[in-house]
Amino acid sequence: MEFIAELLISLFLVVSGVFGFVGSYGLVKLKDSVQRLHAPTKATTLGVGGVLIASMLFFFLDTGHISIHEILIALFLFLTAPITANFIAKTYMVANLKQEKLPKSSSECGWSIYDKPPSSDEDS
Amino acid sequence: MIEYAIFFAGICYGAALLLDLWRIAVGPDAADRILALDTMVVNVIALLVLYGLWRGTAVYFEAAMLFAMVGFVSTVAYCRFILRGDIIE
Repeated sequence: MEFIAELLISLFLVVSGVFGFVGSYGLVKLKDSVQRLHAPTKATTLGVGGVLIASMLFFFLDTGHISIHEILIALFLFLTAPITANFIAKTYMVANLKQEKLPKSSSECGWSIYDKPPSSDEDS
Repeated sequence: MIEYAIFFAGICYGAALLLDLWRIAVGPDAADRILALDTMVVNVIALLVLYGLWRGTAVYFEAAMLFAMVGFVSTVAYCRFILRGDIIE
């Protein structure tokens, strides 16, 4: 394998390792639960993304075929990351925030974690 | 050179897993523990891909994909259990 290609793959691997460590270090270091939501997103996007790019490059140069497993994993992680973040934030709100402290919701049905969902016609 | 980079990244992710474990043990809130578990899943996916890269096989992508799916479902289930007291209502 060419030297430039090895250098590029190693660079992606080192950068992704550093970002993966930074994500978990932030998880330990930051003070508040809502602040802590911010740190592991680096590990998800840059960390795993870097490893997957390095692996795509490696297998492309090794076999000559482009492998799409990596794209599948990255797509799945990027699609599910906001959903899990939303659920974790809701869990924090239920445990720690009183409804009186929040501003009034602008929708008709209120906040989804405190108020009942709007009932449809079939229910009533 | 690639081998050393793989070792470096593996050590980084191993240390990250230990930090996540510490947050799970200490974390004052249920939300912190769920977040640390989710981060652990992400780190283990990266470790699996790294191991496949080290071995030079593509077998471990299926394992990483399965881990991603199971991790997402378990995070959502745990959150729903804390939120509503039930997973499927």
